[in-house]
Amino acid sequence: MTEAYIYDALRTPRGKGRKDGALHEVTALRLSAQTLNALKDRNNLEGHAVEDVIWGNVTQVMEQGGCLARSAVLASDLDERIPGLAINRFCASGMEAVNLAANQIKGGAGMAYIAGGVEMMGRVAMGSDGAAIAVDPSLALEQYFVPQGISADIIATEYGFSRDDADQLAVASQQRAKKAWDEGRFAKSVITIRDQNGLAILDHDEYMRPQTDMQSLGSLNPAFQAMGEVMPGFDKVAMLKYPHLERINHIHHAGNSSGIVDGAAAVLIGNKEFGEKYGLKPRARIRATAKIGTDPTIMLTGPVPVTEKILKDNGMDIGDIDLFEVNEAFAAVVLRFMQAFDVDHDKVNVNGGSIAMGHPLGATGAMIIGTLLDELERSDQEVGLATLCIASGMGAATIIERV
Amino acid sequence: MTDFTMKTDADSVAIITWDVPDKTMNVMSIDGLEELNDLIDNALADNAVKGIVITSGKKGSFAGGMDLNLLAQMKADAGDDPAKGLFEGTMQMHHLLRKIERAGMDPKTNKGGKPIAAALPGTAAGIGLELPLATHRIFVADNPKARIGLPEILVGIFPGAGGTTRLVRKLGAMSASTFLLEGKMVAPAAAQKAGLVDEVVADPVAAAKEWVLNATDADLLKPWDAKGYKMPGGAPYHPAGFMTFVGANAMVNGKTKGAFPAAKALLSAVYEGALVPFDTALKVEARWFTNILMNPSSSAMIRSLFINKEALEKGAVRPQQVPDQRVKKLGVLGAGMMGAGIALVSAQAGIEVVLIDRDQAAADKGKAYSASYMDKGIARKKATEEKKEQLLSLITATPDLDALKGCDLIIEAVFEDPKVKAEMTQKVEAVIPEDCIFASNTSTLPITDLAKASSRQDQFIGIHFFSPVEKMLLVEIIKGAKTGDRAVAKALDYVRQIRKTPIVVNDARFFYANRCIIPYGNEANRMITEGVAPALIDNAAQQLGFPIGPIQLGDETSVDLATKIMRATKAAMGNEYPASEADDLIVWMEDLGRLGRKAGKGYFDYDEKGKRTGYWKGIHDKYPLAEEQPDLQEVQDRLMFVQALEAVRALEEGVLMDIREGDVGAILGWGFAPATGGPLSWLDMIGTPYAVERCEELAAKFGDRFAPPALLKEMADKNQSFYGRFGPEKQAA
Repeated sequence: MTEAYIYDALRTPRGKGRKDGALHEVTALRLSAQTLNALKDRNNLEGHAVEDVIWGNVTQVMEQGGCLARSAVLASDLDERIPGLAINRFCASGMEAVNLAANQIKGGAGMAYIAGGVEMMGRVAMGSDGAAIAVDPSLALEQYFVPQGISADIIATEYGFSRDDADQLAVASQQRAKKAWDEGRFAKSVITIRDQNGLAILDHDEYMRPQTDMQSLGSLNPAFQAMGEVMPGFDKVAMLKYPHLERINHIHHAGNSSGIVDGAAAVLIGNKEFGEKYGLKPRARIRATAKIGTDPTIMLTGPVPVTEKILKDNGMDIGDIDLFEVNEAFAAVVLRFMQAFDVDHDKVNVNGGSIAMGHPLGATGAMIIGTLLDELERSDQEVGLATLCIASGMGAATIIERV
Repeated sequence: MTDFTMKTDADSVAIITWDVPDKTMNVMSIDGLEELNDLIDNALADNAVKGIVITSGKKGSFAGGMDLNLLAQMKADAGDDPAKGLFEGTMQMHHLLRKIERAGMDPKTNKGGKPIAAALPGTAAGIGLELPLATHRIFVADNPKARIGLPEILVGIFPGAGGTTRLVRKLGAMSASTFLLEGKMVAPAAAQKAGLVDEVVADPVAAAKEWVLNATDADLLKPWDAKGYKMPGGAPYHPAGFMTFVGANAMVNGKTKGAFPAAKALLSAVYEGALVPFDTALKVEARWFTNILMNPSSSAMIRSLFINKEALEKGAVRPQQVPDQRVKKLGVLGAGMMGAGIALVSAQAGIEVVLIDRDQAAADKGKAYSASYMDKGIARKKATEEKKEQLLSLITATPDLDALKGCDLIIEAVFEDPKVKAEMTQKVEAVIPEDCIFASNTSTLPITDLAKASSRQDQFIGIHFFSPVEKMLLVEIIKGAKTGDRAVAKALDYVRQIRKTPIVVNDARFFYANRCIIPYGNEANRMITEGVAPALIDNAAQQLGFPIGPIQLGDETSVDLATKIMRATKAAMGNEYPASEADDLIVWMEDLGRLGRKAGKGYFDYDEKGKRTGYWKGIHDKYPLAEEQPDLQEVQDRLMFVQALEAVRALEEGVLMDIREGDVGAILGWGFAPATGGPLSWLDMIGTPYAVERCEELAAKFGDRFAPPALLKEMADKNQSFYGRFGPEKQAA
């Protein structure tokens, strides 16, 4: 069978997804185009070099609407014969773009793809594209819809994670991210975002708070307690689905949940012939991909069953994985993953994660694949697994192996 | 017979008067709709008519709603395709109301319509408000006793004659929800403030005529028919509306525990309707309305909570030949919590009450309960000092049995001890008139046994109140072996006076209600001993629609009451008594002093203010939580069948004489899953063959208490339903 290889992976720095964030002045279109251009330039992708650009993006309205993927291609220096496909699998959109590209290549549909994604969370508000699952009573009531923060707190309650457990994970994420930056571990992947005059706008992850400690986190109020217990009372809905729970333990807050940021990432994937044609050296092969649906109320436990599935489908064992990237959407998601597989934190998110650096929804899936590959190379390990929890109860995973 | 008549005055205003013959309040029927439709057509076509006022010929009310019996009929009449019949019937209603709303105006210019106003003399409920909402202006008489609203949700349906669509567009989803989701009825002033009606006036017909004669084209145009209409508070995908709709979903789901299909259907009608133009929204509303009418749950709820409840209140099971037995002077023996409550509700009904206890202080304490109840009412502006004095003047508190002279009904509510009761019966019978009826409010002692103390056993009866008396809607009347018809009629007429719902049952251990409730509590206790999470048990019950779960109920009614009942039952049954681990649990808790809420500790822990802080974890020292928790469905099946099978046995043994009483009594008496329509309706809903199959599974797994009774098995074999076999029509035939 044809193999799909990663030839390159890069990302933008992550800007605070707020009015005073450094990337707030940059459009989703320009950030996407610059990311594509960086990949094109680093790999000399002249002409009709890739089959398609698959671009993950969650909130596909306004400037992120109208098939941003195609707009981004046209705004970039890529050849106009390269089309564009905008996709949405919520938080795993960037990963799904990579997986889709890899599987198309494996199936013989084209030599190479650019896959990635973007999310300008400070410019296009999360949720502003509507969602029947939250609003349409025929689904929301039947499926016991609750917002993700409540779901994360259900995980904590159901699997017994305390506020301290979550805060410790958050402090580790901050410290690891700081160390990774200090040691230049992201240097080869993070591009500098510039204005139309070539002036630098942002060259580092802006959201990080390396000074975070248990004490500073301790002063934060649980973010989802009021909506859970008072208005409109999502805990009662949660307990309809989890009736053995007496109450929901609200442990998550801004400091142990992923940050709202702006950012983009892109991965260049191709078959062996593509590398030969363009003189590029493959860095890893995409060994396996998987996705799965889970209970939409607890919503964010997907990384566990999707990892079980990807391992089983490929005759692998959890011990075959050297390194993990489990998106830090909420601390409990990662805690649950480590608990389920009895995996040590030393192997998971070793350079920090979305709690420290932020989670630009449509881009994160592609970002963590790049981060995983960089770290496999740096620490000279072979096999890595990246996985994300996904809204509405889904999970996605990718296994890469250095070549 | 005509429900609607029309008269055009010299000033060219057509007055349409709704006055259904032989009814104290108007209700809408199919014929009524057709008549109204014809009159509207005539008035709109008649050049001599400038405008229309729709009013009622009833004093103090416009209309009480749709004839719900008729909805059931509509469905039955539609034959093979009842959904089609209901949908088309509903759409016809929409066409009529929409015709009134558009009033002949030009569809493009919105000009040239005839003004139509509603003049309500008072109460307007259901279609009694939906029809006015379709007119151009609503005038209500300044009558503080009148109630305006859309109470459909309370019987398991929702406003389906455009009320849902119009109110949401008029007030916005948030403001409309109080009326649509809670069925709240308000006085005219509050209705005007909320935007349900336009004006509160002394003479609504005169005011409506005046308005009609002066109305302009713009006055007739509804906001939703005008260009650029925006829903107040925002449509579902408007940022503000988004929050409202997401929040409403969660609130309704949490509050109803997903157990009320009508609430779900209503929300869907609102949401889907809000996304489309008005006429399409009416069609959407009609589809959901049809859907809820076709839902077996809504039919069962309408049957039990509306049709049969009303029938029982009006004396469906009263011995017809006995003349009026309304109570003039009531003697209440025992001024404890029950006696005090009985005195209160009786005095509220204008009955003279003599409240007896062993000394003056105890009797006064019982009367003081009524005073403090009224004080609370005054603080909430629901009562006045004058009313309080009036009520208290009806209650004589005394230890003197001679005061009972002239009573025509005695209700004994003394200590639950046969000896004490017997003594009291004899002492009191020496004083009271010979024809006085004597009732015991016992909740556990057999009436036939208590009656033995009486020299007039045919005048001895059980009248079992539930606690707290002033809140609980049901009264269980128990016939002893020798109880005569006049005693039954007396009890029924009395219950009607105090405006509660009666059921009449034959004497047997625990009568009807307690015989079902006790095994329900026991089953919950058994589950605890098996290691089922207490939260799962209570949540399972709440998801069925029970107001509180059985474990919480155990704390409210107290653990020592449970042990007392257990010991008494054991003593009475001897070797027959089915002992279980559940008994050990409650005895253990009693020994630990964990008696429930009153002790500040029980199945729950409580803080110093008496607020529950969580389930008592110590219970798992003796009964550890099981690693694998059972399915919700299994827990629910156990809780439901353990009660429903008792209802079947009560019917089989002749304790229940009318299945309607079994269903209505269960919902009103102990909050049995209302959306099922009651335990027997529930068995009909799931089907007797499945019920037997499932019971046999449960019996194999959990014990013989789930073994289906012979009657149920026989019915399953014949594929019979309870209402098919025992329904009131069948009995009459």
